[in-house]
Amino acid sequence: MQEFLQQLVNGITWGSIYALIALGYTMVYGILRLINFAHGDVYMVGAFVAYYAARVMGASGPVGPLAAVGILLIAMAACAGLGVVIERGAYKPLRTSPRLTALITAIGVSLLLENLGLIVFGADPKFFPQIVARKQMELVSGVIVGSHQLVVLGVAVFLMVLLQVVVFRTKIGRAMRAVSFHREAASLMGVSTDNVITFTFAVGSALAAAAGVLVALSNPKIDPLMGIMPGIKAFVAAVLGGIGNIPGAVVGGLIMGVAEVMVVGYVSSTFRDAIAFALLIIILLVKPTGLFGTGVSEKV
Amino acid sequence: MLALSARRPRLAAFVSAVLVLVVSACLLVSCGKKANEIRIGEFGSLTGTTATFGISTKNAIDLAIEEVNAAGGVNGVPLRVIVEDDQGKPEEANTAVKKLVEQDRVVAVLGEVASSRTLAGAPNCQNAGVPMVTPSSTNPKVTQVGDFIFRVCFIDPFQGMVAAKFSVDSLKAKTAGILRDIKNDYSVGLADYFDSTFTSMGGRVVADESYSEGDIEFKAQLTAIKAKSPDVIFVPGYYTEVGLIARQARELGYDKPLVGGDGWVSDRLIDIGGEALQGCYFVNHFWQGSEDPAVQKFIKAYKDKFGSSPDALAALGYDAANFLVAALKELATQDAGGFATLVGTPTSATEQPRKEALKRLRDILAATRDFPGITGSISMDEYRNAVKPAFFLTIDKGDYKVVGAVLP
Amino acid sequence: MLKNAILSVVAVAVLIGVGAVLPRMVNPYLFQILILCGINITLAVSLNLINGFTGQFSIGHAGFMAIGGYTSAALTYYLGPHVLAGVAGDGAAATVAGQAFFILSLLAGGAASAVAGFLVGLPSLRLRGDYLAIVTLGFGEIIRVAILNIDAIGGARGFTDIPRYTTFFWVAFFALVTVVFVRNIMSSSHGRAFLSVREDEIAAEALGINTTNYKVMAFVIGAFFAGVAGGLFGHYLMYLHTNSFTFMKSFEVVIMVVLGGMGSITGSVIAAVILTILPEALRPVKEYRMVIYSALLIFLMIARPQGLLGMRELSLSTFRGLKLGGARKSQAGGAKRAL
Repeated sequence: MQEFLQQLVNGITWGSIYALIALGYTMVYGILRLINFAHGDVYMVGAFVAYYAARVMGASGPVGPLAAVGILLIAMAACAGLGVVIERGAYKPLRTSPRLTALITAIGVSLLLENLGLIVFGADPKFFPQIVARKQMELVSGVIVGSHQLVVLGVAVFLMVLLQVVVFRTKIGRAMRAVSFHREAASLMGVSTDNVITFTFAVGSALAAAAGVLVALSNPKIDPLMGIMPGIKAFVAAVLGGIGNIPGAVVGGLIMGVAEVMVVGYVSSTFRDAIAFALLIIILLVKPTGLFGTGVSEKV
Repeated sequence: MLALSARRPRLAAFVSAVLVLVVSACLLVSCGKKANEIRIGEFGSLTGTTATFGISTKNAIDLAIEEVNAAGGVNGVPLRVIVEDDQGKPEEANTAVKKLVEQDRVVAVLGEVASSRTLAGAPNCQNAGVPMVTPSSTNPKVTQVGDFIFRVCFIDPFQGMVAAKFSVDSLKAKTAGILRDIKNDYSVGLADYFDSTFTSMGGRVVADESYSEGDIEFKAQLTAIKAKSPDVIFVPGYYTEVGLIARQARELGYDKPLVGGDGWVSDRLIDIGGEALQGCYFVNHFWQGSEDPAVQKFIKAYKDKFGSSPDALAALGYDAANFLVAALKELATQDAGGFATLVGTPTSATEQPRKEALKRLRDILAATRDFPGITGSISMDEYRNAVKPAFFLTIDKGDYKVVGAVLP
Repeated sequence: MLKNAILSVVAVAVLIGVGAVLPRMVNPYLFQILILCGINITLAVSLNLINGFTGQFSIGHAGFMAIGGYTSAALTYYLGPHVLAGVAGDGAAATVAGQAFFILSLLAGGAASAVAGFLVGLPSLRLRGDYLAIVTLGFGEIIRVAILNIDAIGGARGFTDIPRYTTFFWVAFFALVTVVFVRNIMSSSHGRAFLSVREDEIAAEALGINTTNYKVMAFVIGAFFAGVAGGLFGHYLMYLHTNSFTFMKSFEVVIMVVLGGMGSITGSVIAAVILTILPEALRPVKEYRMVIYSALLIFLMIARPQGLLGMRELSLSTFRGLKLGGARKSQAGGAKRAL
């Protein structure tokens, strides 16, 4: 029982990392119908910006909450800028092209960021400074959870709620939904689609950066290719939850995390990735648009 | 000809522009050959998920060759290393070796870190009769490809055996857990041989879990292992993951030692793992913490040049390069005429004698005994594997201490 | 009929001739690039049938390739010595028997892969677009992990000692067969059916086309040729490792298809050649190789969003008989879709 509870905790904390990355994925997808494969790499850049920011500030150990939030905001701002550059430079010219074209460009951007990262940051893994003190807590006897893991989970849920509020309760959110629903019609109604899309990218990339920093805090090793697998898995999580759906991303991420951990704990760790994907395929076969996805009825 | 009609000048122009670009890049490949030099090939993962290993190997080889050239090269002929990237993919490794051997006409090839890539590339060297010295491919099959393939590192059975013996004899372990990197042939090989030796010595492997290179979360595996409370956990991975594994094991409250192989060796391990590594043990070559001036000189030169301490892969790369250079020097003394055919690009007249000279170079490499490397004294056995002692180190407050040695 | 037969005989004769002469004329490195081009052409054209012509979205081609590669390698490695025991030696008989057995195992690899293609094609009945893409991606990863766990074919340490059977002739032959097969099927009434699935599934069904059938068929055929390509790949490298079949490999093939133009066979061929040569040609720039490669990729896609050839085909007037009708006609439909 104790082992099971520990695995459950492991699964939820690990899943919250997927959830955090999946949020940005699903948001961009919801508006643009574009699988932004570069999302995982923006996540990597976010972690590195925070790493260098901490170094410039001379922070090698715990710093005050203000400085820590400052580092997080620097990373988010830098990545928001990067997201806008990527969107304007690589995706905007392809807005009217077939979707697969934009997908290939996204893969290109992803490869570019990874390989530039290898040159600029160096290939060796870096230790991410522990700018927030880490504490291990015992929930019940023998079941241990780290403070950082709780922070990741909390932030994922908080951002989910915040995004829901932005999307459903604000003016820009309404514009986003309009663009998502029908881009041409939205632009005819006076919505500045370009600005909305750019805004979405900025927010999505800032979310990726936040994820990067938080993950680097709880699992303190960063390298230029750290975004590949989490990027793919988070994308899978987003699809699982119903891509484009914000709560779906979080639920999908948590399911993925718990499923992976349970497979490792009780089936076989060598089959971890295979079974995670098999589970996904089964869920999709039962519910072809993901758990929370709404099917688009086809019009003749 | 091509039905690119005049109605689509843009398409025609575009396709031709792309082709011109590709062709001109092709032409670039063939330039830059000098007559008075000996070309040595190197292939490695300079990009891709294992880039950090490829780059540290490359750095060390560059350093070794620079030192040789600064001292006048081999018989006055400078050496040049031609490095090709394989992106960590076996098929790219094969192509890279083919290019080095057939296009650049190198006299020998150094590489790779991963056995999978060496295995993919080695047949090209064997078929062309060009010696290959791999710095750190540990799979026994590597040198079985043929008699032109050498290595300067431990093989998996030896290192796995050493780790198991040490765990039983010195750590008095009765039960062990294994946490292996399933994507990494080095890790799988070590784990398999650890398992068989440990079991044959009366121990019991109570848990065998795996992760994939690049993972950052190991708590699920560690929880499963901890539930069986083994006396040691054998983690034959690379430093890129082991630091985090150690951390997370401690966070989950596992306080017995972790045991590993030479993949652990790097300053990054201590950076990332920190205090969690206190009291852990790993198999290593001679060099770390050694007073030997050659070792100290290497560590200092590497640090000065690249800004960080060398890892085990760098040390082995350095040895592989010098091991080859020593054989070239020996060839120059034994057979100056044959050596001369290895300089520059061969002509049709020197093709045959060059082949003979490469064969002699192979013989010299195979006959090497007690080569004074920084990773220990290296002798080739009949299977062209390095025979050298293994050491056991412990980590104490971020420092290494030798706690035992196993002779082959 | 006769004309086609003559054409095939001539083509095979030319291939044999080229295969015999070329290795002596060009440097083995360039020769190897040619072989890789051929394997990539097979992969790209077969994926084009799924992604380009039928409009499905598969990013699991590396998985099919792996199944074919490992199956055929296991056959030649385990069965080969027994089957060929009678004709051991260096004689012509041994060579012919070896090659014949190799082709059989290639086809068996292709068949195994086609079965997998059938299984992966089935979900396409229910899933669309990105959801299908994820299923194919997951399938590729499942295959990779499964292979990692099978020790008989090398597991994580790789499958060694595969005999080297692949020759330039077989690579070129299968590339040609793939191209001609896909071309022929696309200019038949089946071809129109594939296109109709891509252009408008509902309209296609209304016209009585069994779209389910065609989607699955596209997967089966595409997987078959990918499996054959995998077999050629394995018997060329003499070594197989799962690191060759990650999702990045699937992406590479998708990139070839999209860069060449979705639904253009010659486009896929050209893109496969360019994308095989480009990384090699960029070797002199060392560590900037992949940076320039990816930047060029972005640039090319922005400059030619519809791919190098769009839906058009390049044709040599001397091969007028091979001209593709089906894709030409679909241009109007494609143009409408772009709106």
